[in-house]
Amino acid sequence: MDLGPYTSFIATSYLAAALVVVLLIAWIAIDYRTQKARLRALEESGIVRRSGRAATDIQ
Amino acid sequence: MSLIDLANPTRFLALTARLLPWLALVTVVLLAAGLYLSALAPDDYQQGATVKIMFIHVPNAWLSMFVWGVMSLASLGTLVWRHPLADVAAKAAAPIGASFTFLALLTGSLWGRPMWGTYWEWDARLTSVLILFLMYLGLMALWRAVEDPTRAARAAAVLTLVGAINLPIIKFSVDWWNTLHQPASVMRMGGPALDKSFLIPLLVMAIGFSFLFVTLHVAAMRNEILRRRVRSLQMMQARAYTGSAPASGATGPIVGAA
Repeated sequence: MDLGPYTSFIATSYLAAALVVVLLIAWIAIDYRTQKARLRALEESGIVRRSGRAATDIQ
Repeated sequence: MSLIDLANPTRFLALTARLLPWLALVTVVLLAAGLYLSALAPDDYQQGATVKIMFIHVPNAWLSMFVWGVMSLASLGTLVWRHPLADVAAKAAAPIGASFTFLALLTGSLWGRPMWGTYWEWDARLTSVLILFLMYLGLMALWRAVEDPTRAARAAAVLTLVGAINLPIIKFSVDWWNTLHQPASVMRMGGPALDKSFLIPLLVMAIGFSFLFVTLHVAAMRNEILRRRVRSLQMMQARAYTGSAPASGATGPIVGAA
C-alpha cells in the first residue's frame, strides 16, 4: 500500500485514533478494578448493603 | 425483562455482564473489517491517499454530535422523569464523546494541512466543533466540581440541554455560512455523493465506531453505578463512626445502600 507523500499525515491519524481508543479502554478497565477493590474493602470492614447482597455482585 | 426493569441499577449491571463480551466482539469484528476495507480503498482523484483519513475523521465527527444527542436525551430523563440511570448515562458518555470530538478535530486538522494548506481555519464548522469539545470538557469539570451526584446531575443536565443548541449549528454551518469545510456528502438530500468504493468502508467504520461507543458507554455506566455504591457505603461508614448511624450495634455489620 503506497500512501505517497501523505504517509505521515495518514499514519499519524490512524495511530492517534488507536492511541485514544486504547487509553479509553484502559481508563475504563482500571476504573472498574478500582471500584470493585474499594467495594470489597468496604465490605470486608463490615459494611453491607440494605439488601444484604454483596456490593461487588453484578451477576 | 421489560425496559422498565432496566431502571433498577442491579438489573442493569446483570444485563451489562452478559452483554459486554458480545458488544466487544461485534466492535472488534466491525472495526477490523472497516480497517481492511479502508486499506483496500482506492486513492481519490483529488485527495489522493488522504481520503483514508476520512474513514476515521467522519465517524468520529458523527459520533461527537451523536454522543451529545444521547446525553441530551439522558438529561431529559434526569430533569423530567428522574430516571435512576439517566444521569449515570449522561456522566459516563461525556469523556467518550470528548475523545471522539478530539479525534475528529485532530484528524480533520491532519487532513486539512495537505489538502487546504493549513491545519486550522476559524470557519463556522471547525469553530462550532471546537466549541462542542470545550463544552464536553466543561461538563466533565462540572461533574467533578459538585460532590453530590444528584445536584451535579441536575446542573449538568441543564448545561447539556443548552449545549444541544450547538448540534444543528454544527450540522448546518456548512450550508448557512461560506465555509472552507465542504458540505455534507453522505447524509444529504438526493443520497450520498460518494462512490461505493469510499462509501462502504466509511459506513463500516462508522458502524464499528458506533458499536465501540455503545460498548465503552455500557462499561463506563457500570463503573459509575459501582462508584455510587462506594460513595453510599462510605457515607454509611462515616455516619457510623460519628455516632449518627442507625442502631446497628458496635460489633454488628453496618448496613449500607441497596
